Amino acid sequence: MKLLNHTTKYLSLLLLPLITLWAIAFYYAMLDEIYDSLDDGLENQKILLQRRISHSPSIINNTDFNGHAYTFRPISKSVFENFKESYRDTLMYMYNEDDYEPVRIFESTLKHEQNFYKLKIITSMVEEDDLISDMVKYLIILYVLLVISILILNNILLKKIWKPFYYSIAQLKNFKIEKENKIKTKPSSIDEFILLNKTITKLIKKSSDSYTEQKHFIENASHELQTPLAISINKLELFIENNSLNEDQIKALASVLDNLNRLTRLNRSLLLLSKIENKQFLAEEVVHFSQLTSQILEDFEDLITHKSISVNFDTSSDLEITMNKDLAIVLLTNFIKNAIVHGNSHSVIHIQTKSKLWSITNIGQPNALDQTEIFARFKKVGSNKKSTGLGLAINKAIATKYNLELTYSYNDAHILSIHFP
Amino acid sequence: MKILIIEDEPQMMDNMRQTLEREHYQVETASDFKTASEKLGVYDYDCILLDITLPDGNGLELLEQIKSQGNGDGVIIVSAKDSLDDRLKGLNLGADDYLPKPFHNAELNARVKAVLRRLHFDGHNQIDIGNITIHPENREVNIENELLELNRKEYDILMYLITNKNRLVTKSALAEHVWGDHIDQTDSFDFIYSQIKNLRKKLNKSTITIEAVYGVGYKLNVD
Repeated sequence: MKLLNHTTKYLSLLLLPLITLWAIAFYYAMLDEIYDSLDDGLENQKILLQRRISHSPSIINNTDFNGHAYTFRPISKSVFENFKESYRDTLMYMYNEDDYEPVRIFESTLKHEQNFYKLKIITSMVEEDDLISDMVKYLIILYVLLVISILILNNILLKKIWKPFYYSIAQLKNFKIEKENKIKTKPSSIDEFILLNKTITKLIKKSSDSYTEQKHFIENASHELQTPLAISINKLELFIENNSLNEDQIKALASVLDNLNRLTRLNRSLLLLSKIENKQFLAEEVVHFSQLTSQILEDFEDLITHKSISVNFDTSSDLEITMNKDLAIVLLTNFIKNAIVHGNSHSVIHIQTKSKLWSITNIGQPNALDQTEIFARFKKVGSNKKSTGLGLAINKAIATKYNLELTYSYNDAHILSIHFP
Repeated sequence: MKILIIEDEPQMMDNMRQTLEREHYQVETASDFKTASEKLGVYDYDCILLDITLPDGNGLELLEQIKSQGNGDGVIIVSAKDSLDDRLKGLNLGADDYLPKPFHNAELNARVKAVLRRLHFDGHNQIDIGNITIHPENREVNIENELLELNRKEYDILMYLITNKNRLVTKSALAEHVWGDHIDQTDSFDFIYSQIKNLRKKLNKSTITIEAVYGVGYKLNVD
């Protein structure tokens, strides 16, 4: 539920008892006021009647309500003296309504020419049931109108007020640290939003900075490692040449050299990986994947022959993509090398190009690899000690750069595919 | 042949000097921009090995200086910063080759020889070793005037071993040079052996032999 409607929900829930309580209080206050003014009116009538008696004393013979809104009834002096004026409600048949309706009755006494009379004056009064039903009706209308206006107010006014907030969270949703897109916040005059925007901008900048720093750290570290590696390798090579060593000594030194060479390869792979991620391959051209595949297969000819592997290259349609050629070579080389290195001797490697798909299939270890981990860094498969564990991670980085999708599946054979956009 | 090494890392320079001195070149060194610039102003060199990251200046400026003097010296850029930009900039400024660190001594030797051959014989040279004659410009190998049929890889192996004759060439240096950078992660270099075997067969009438050194590498000897 949206924030705006959330407040509306609570507001309407709160309004319901509030308006009900208000209605009850209002009803009694109203009623009280009405009685008060009715009673004043009745009292005024009595004074008017008293004056009229002197002009037309015949009205004193009016003993029922059929002709007038008042009656006179003679009473004794003692009753007159003890009488207390009163107002009360009673029911009376109303011809227009064809029903008994409440009337207000005022009982009082008056003295006329030494005679004492009891005086009753009536006036029609509020029909409470009608009043209540009218009030309920109007209050429901008020409630609905209130809720609707709150909703409208929220959706127009609050939406406008909260705009910087929604703008910021929409940006956050689309933010990807590796894409280097900046977060833009909308200026606002509200303190909380200013703070929020400031904090978002600060946090994003901080994480982007440390991400860039980390990327450059790997690149710089790899650069710095090149020279000591070069010195060590060259010194050892010179040492082997300059000294007459026996077989064991040479073999031991050769093994050290081998490990240094491995370190060099690992370092180069890391450097390549950070260079791809740091977007240092800018030159692009149209690359033909079929042609490139054939070229790379030629490079691996000796290795393929050595492992007695046969390659079945089925190129039904050429695949073209605009990308950096060196990276295209790295991408296909890694896949092909992978298939050869992890492929069983005397097995067959199938390479296929279709429209928007390049795939390579090899028979290797007889169970599927973990799909989620296969393109991660340093995930080594099998017991190949010379593998850096970075080949497929490099491919993943290249694929991401050019919006290619890499997939792995297993169907008695390992199938790695490049899907073109 | 006079070679100048411009390199600020003393141990690196020492290695390069030793490697090249074994090939009987006259080697001079400069460890900073100023010294290098002075030496380049006074002397002529056949080949200059140039590290482009120097503490007191950019090596690419030295390259411009060399090219503006127009002596036709061969320049090989040696750099730990294997970046495409520098490589392209260097080659555009007239460098003859670009050698990223780390490299094998045998590779350094091969690159220097290739540059010297290109510059000093204008490509029309021949290499005589034992009873073998090689014409590098058309990749032709003769044993006593009889043409030897070699495939591309056999020729590359032979040339690399000849360039580094009497020196131990490790299998990984050989594999990298002949098969390229991409071959290196394979589980063994056994596949080299079949090519060596074929090459030895084809060379059985020659006076050179390819000696295997304890399974570590190969050495080409002239009888």
